Amino acid sequence: MIRSDILKDIAPILRDHLVICNIGLPSQELHMIDDQPSNFYMLGTMGLASSIGLGVALAQDKTVISIDGDGSVLTNLGTLPTIANNVADNFILLIIDNGSYGSTGDQPTYAGRKTKLENVARACGCDTVVTCAAEETGEALQAAIDARKMTVIVAKCESGNIKLPVITKDPVVIRERFMKAVMA
Amino acid sequence: MSISRKLVEDFVANDVSFITTVPCKQLAGVIDEVEAHPDILHIPANKEDEGMGLCAGAFMGGKRPAIIMQNTAIGVTINTLVTLTQFYRMPLPMLISYRGELREPVACQVEMAVHTKALLSQLNIPTYHFHREADAEEFDTILKYTFMCNKPVAILTDASFWGGYGDQ
Repeated sequence: MIRSDILKDIAPILRDHLVICNIGLPSQELHMIDDQPSNFYMLGTMGLASSIGLGVALAQDKTVISIDGDGSVLTNLGTLPTIANNVADNFILLIIDNGSYGSTGDQPTYAGRKTKLENVARACGCDTVVTCAAEETGEALQAAIDARKMTVIVAKCESGNIKLPVITKDPVVIRERFMKAVMA
Repeated sequence: MSISRKLVEDFVANDVSFITTVPCKQLAGVIDEVEAHPDILHIPANKEDEGMGLCAGAFMGGKRPAIIMQNTAIGVTINTLVTLTQFYRMPLPMLISYRGELREPVACQVEMAVHTKALLSQLNIPTYHFHREADAEEFDTILKYTFMCNKPVAILTDASFWGGYGDQ
């Protein structure tokens, strides 16, 4: 399975929750698979999906799922200690780990070599870290939502991308409808 | 009332309830006040762009955010300011220690100080410079302005404003 297969699988679960989706292909894929006002698409700023998601989770009570990639987490590795030390039990960080920078041509990341992000998360103090195979992602995600316990999920999948268009929605529209979904 | 207390009271009076900080020696007093205030959720960040991500999230989650950081952070955060805070039109008061100004003892700080206002100007970020303690009287108005226009706004606070570093 590649990342877009995981997103297709978990779209029915994501639909009921606030989602912060990583820059580039992950946002484009989720936008095409199941566009929802409760999805915040990052159009720029690589690395901050987890930080934005934690901020939303700390500011209100609804469940927030940040969909991140291994490359983006490596870009902002300082996010893991911040997450660990500011526990928000309505926050789930879902790292789709395909061992590559998918949006830029599948160059390998260090997470695809010696570095294990699940071990990094644990070393940073994250209490609940789950590793799963791509096809188990939905199950792991639903369990984390039901547990209402801050969880980092590392879902391992193959690298690979599908062809799809860029998001042309205005950023202020994306932000405004997301904020209405927060308040709904 | 200390100047640090006054700044934090102004934050609270303007409903700022989520503040992320990256420390600077000059900001130690104000960070202590942020940490101690019961109406503020204080989330220390490891890097300023991470802090701006947290602030963007907090804003969308319904809280008014602010960031407290050093001016060297402008060099770190340009991409985030442009592609997140400005692109999505989000308000962000940035209380910034303006290192490398008069009374600065560390030469390297001057290297970033000489670029600070030029960079902020290039980014079209409204910028205010607190040099004397009385300048802080405008802080409340600056916060109101920030949340009126939904922009990042910089408040540069130099060593003279904070009372310097003691005898040199």
